[in-house]
Amino acid sequence: MFSDFSRRSLLKAGAAGLAVGMMPRIARAQSSKVIRAVMHAPLRATDPLINTAWTGRNHGLNIYDTLFSTDSKFQVRPQMVEAYEVSADKLTYTFRLRSGLKFHDGAPVTSADVIPSLQRWAKRDTMGSRMMGFVAELKPVDDRTFQMMLKSPYGQVLQTLAKPSSIMPFIMPARLAAQAPDQPVTEFVGSGPFRFIASEFRPGSRAVYERNPDYVSRDEPSDGLAGGKIVKIDRYEWISMPDFQTAANALINKEIDFLEAAPHDILPSLIAAKDVTVADYNPLGFMSVVRMNWLTEPFNKQEIRQAVMYASDQADWLDAQVGNPEYYQASAAMFGVTTPLASEVGWNTKPDIARAKDLLKKGGYKGEKVVMLQGTDSPLLSGSSTVTAQKLRAIGMNVEVQTMDWGSVLARRVKQDSTANGGWSMTHWVTTTTELMNPLASTVLDTRGKNGGFFGWPEDVEIESLRNKFALEPEAAAQKTVAEAIQKRAYDVMTHIPGGQFRQPVSHSKALKNIVHAPAPLFWNVEKTA
Amino acid sequence: MAVAGVLLKRSVSVVPVLAVVALIAFLLLRFSSGDPVAQLAGDNADPAAIVAIRARLGLDQPLPMQFLHWLWRLLQGDLGTSIVSNQPVSTLIAQRIGPTLSVSITTIVFSVLVGVPIGVFAAWRRGGWLDRFAMWTSVTGFAVPTFAIGYFWIYLLSMQLGLFPVQGYAPLSAGLGVFLWHLALPTLTLSLVYVALIARVARTSLLEVLNEDFVRTARAKGLPERIVVFKHALRNAAVPIVSIVGIGVALLIGGVVVTESVFNLPGLGRLTIDSVLARDYPVVQGIIMVFGGAYVAINLLVDISYSFFDPRISAQ
Repeated sequence: MFSDFSRRSLLKAGAAGLAVGMMPRIARAQSSKVIRAVMHAPLRATDPLINTAWTGRNHGLNIYDTLFSTDSKFQVRPQMVEAYEVSADKLTYTFRLRSGLKFHDGAPVTSADVIPSLQRWAKRDTMGSRMMGFVAELKPVDDRTFQMMLKSPYGQVLQTLAKPSSIMPFIMPARLAAQAPDQPVTEFVGSGPFRFIASEFRPGSRAVYERNPDYVSRDEPSDGLAGGKIVKIDRYEWISMPDFQTAANALINKEIDFLEAAPHDILPSLIAAKDVTVADYNPLGFMSVVRMNWLTEPFNKQEIRQAVMYASDQADWLDAQVGNPEYYQASAAMFGVTTPLASEVGWNTKPDIARAKDLLKKGGYKGEKVVMLQGTDSPLLSGSSTVTAQKLRAIGMNVEVQTMDWGSVLARRVKQDSTANGGWSMTHWVTTTTELMNPLASTVLDTRGKNGGFFGWPEDVEIESLRNKFALEPEAAAQKTVAEAIQKRAYDVMTHIPGGQFRQPVSHSKALKNIVHAPAPLFWNVEKTA
Repeated sequence: MAVAGVLLKRSVSVVPVLAVVALIAFLLLRFSSGDPVAQLAGDNADPAAIVAIRARLGLDQPLPMQFLHWLWRLLQGDLGTSIVSNQPVSTLIAQRIGPTLSVSITTIVFSVLVGVPIGVFAAWRRGGWLDRFAMWTSVTGFAVPTFAIGYFWIYLLSMQLGLFPVQGYAPLSAGLGVFLWHLALPTLTLSLVYVALIARVARTSLLEVLNEDFVRTARAKGLPERIVVFKHALRNAAVPIVSIVGIGVALLIGGVVVTESVFNLPGLGRLTIDSVLARDYPVVQGIIMVFGGAYVAINLLVDISYSFFDPRISAQ
């Protein structure tokens, strides 16, 4: 008998008086249809058009809707749109909205809301602004119908309107869409499946969403970002936890239901937990990218940029970032490994040190300092930088690694000055494959140079010309041929070096069922069982 | 009247202190690397968009103009608006001050209730096992990092014994029990170092007093040792203890960042870190002003409390 009366049970009994009186309150919160989710980062900026942060995109997916969406096979499907027609000359697109669509304030969604929403979005998004370059006019026909008149045929209209990641073309009420594009909206009214509870919003700490009872879902199963959006929970709380170990403990202890991005080294403890499921719902995962600055020495020379590639080994980067080969895949594919435009042309992802040294010599490298910006906030950012520095030193390059927080990297990388004046030479970063899978959306293939291009500022007329060709090409097979030519040229001139693709599994309570496979975490269709 | 006079005099004297705090708060981030506009503008922003955002936020003005503009609004009680979340800084601080104050108060109360008796008994039985144990504990309290203590309590009391939640904060409005239940582990974690600190100061201070003539006189009169220690000696040893408690409260308000992260308390420490990383100038400036004001107010209260324990101080 006494063997049962352990110190542990005594401690438990001693705390029971305190705990019993309090626990029911917590238990109630857990048992109702509430999902408490710890996401990869907290929500701070609430206008999804203000920057490319995934937090803004995820927030937008909850409360706004889009005209079109992509399904799990990357096919474009109507979402808010009921039907559309393309004229025979491919210059006029006529769209008709589904009936019954309402904003959270009760007002109907009309063409008068859609048009300014698209116009504001296109001023913030590269793919949108490229499409708008072909648009002669957007005009309402009636409350539910509007037309897009093009100056010349453009093959990417529907793909652009269905853009699956930042910055997405969310539809807002006209009064909010009238806001200047660089000025964030301060009212959170959309027509999406969740309502944002502004009174409970704590920037950087907690955001709360409740089911929108007036949402008119498509009568189809959920499929990627497309299809029906039936909300089967009452409430979803997006909680911030800066310490992922704490978040993992909280999930094991059933204090939260969902953990979006537990670091890979924590995953084994979550896999071992009996009430936790670790699964991958993002079919495309993430890609890391090495970017060199074309404006500063030594990477203003093509041969020296190529030398970096031949000194590199994707597997080494991925080992430093992710560690477990089960979660990563080395690949030369600039548009993602399993996407419709995937191609391995251009690089075998393995080092060729002799060639790297030869290219350095041909490029006339004279020991110019390579200033590498290393974000230290996450091993995904910092690990690969350390590996690259070592590889470059091994072929005789003079590398200075400057470590800083990610905010400082963002600020430094927009500087076009020389390295002596605060500029930089190279940096690493990570993005979703979804954002790179289309040559028009892929910012790293923006080769407009220092006037309007993406940081690193590669400039190449041929790639721009191929991108335009891609934009005008309506057929998938021909698009793939053009995309392959873009990739080949990008490797030749070295716009960037793909760092490989990796998966980031989600960890969640076994009480959650039917989570949608999509490139962003979605909370419609999910059921929470007792 | 004397207290009111001291209050008035000290209040006036803190104005230059707060002015210096305001200047440092303003300049601190301006002179560090990073640019909130670059972060706000996003990856694809062209130079024109960056210029437009800088102008909208007033960051294109010369630094002295920016400082005067901020100072003028500060004097009117307006701490500004967050660059990132677009919310008033005062609202953000009000939303976050609850958890920080709560854990600071529970920590300091617990530390005083445990630390003072330990210090007193250690001094009273100097060289005994309790003294040695107390001092060993206090050295340990100083030596072990807070996050390690936090993870230890989480592992033992939450994950193994299931007695307390791993993380989170419940406001007092959710009920006193739930409130204290959530604060138990953060309080235990933070208290270790403060119990150690208070116990050491109490012991040293009391030892000094116990060697004074009036204590010998009290003992010679035949007063029981209990009365000598607790009634006569402890009150005279209180001033250093009160000082350290005051400093402790001030340090806690601004220094619980690690504990807030480990236990996921949505307090001011985390708001500070997030705002610094995002270069959210108005929020960082507002928080520093609030912290500065709190330090000054606590020091003032500590100074005034000296007269309660030692009337000679107010006479001076």
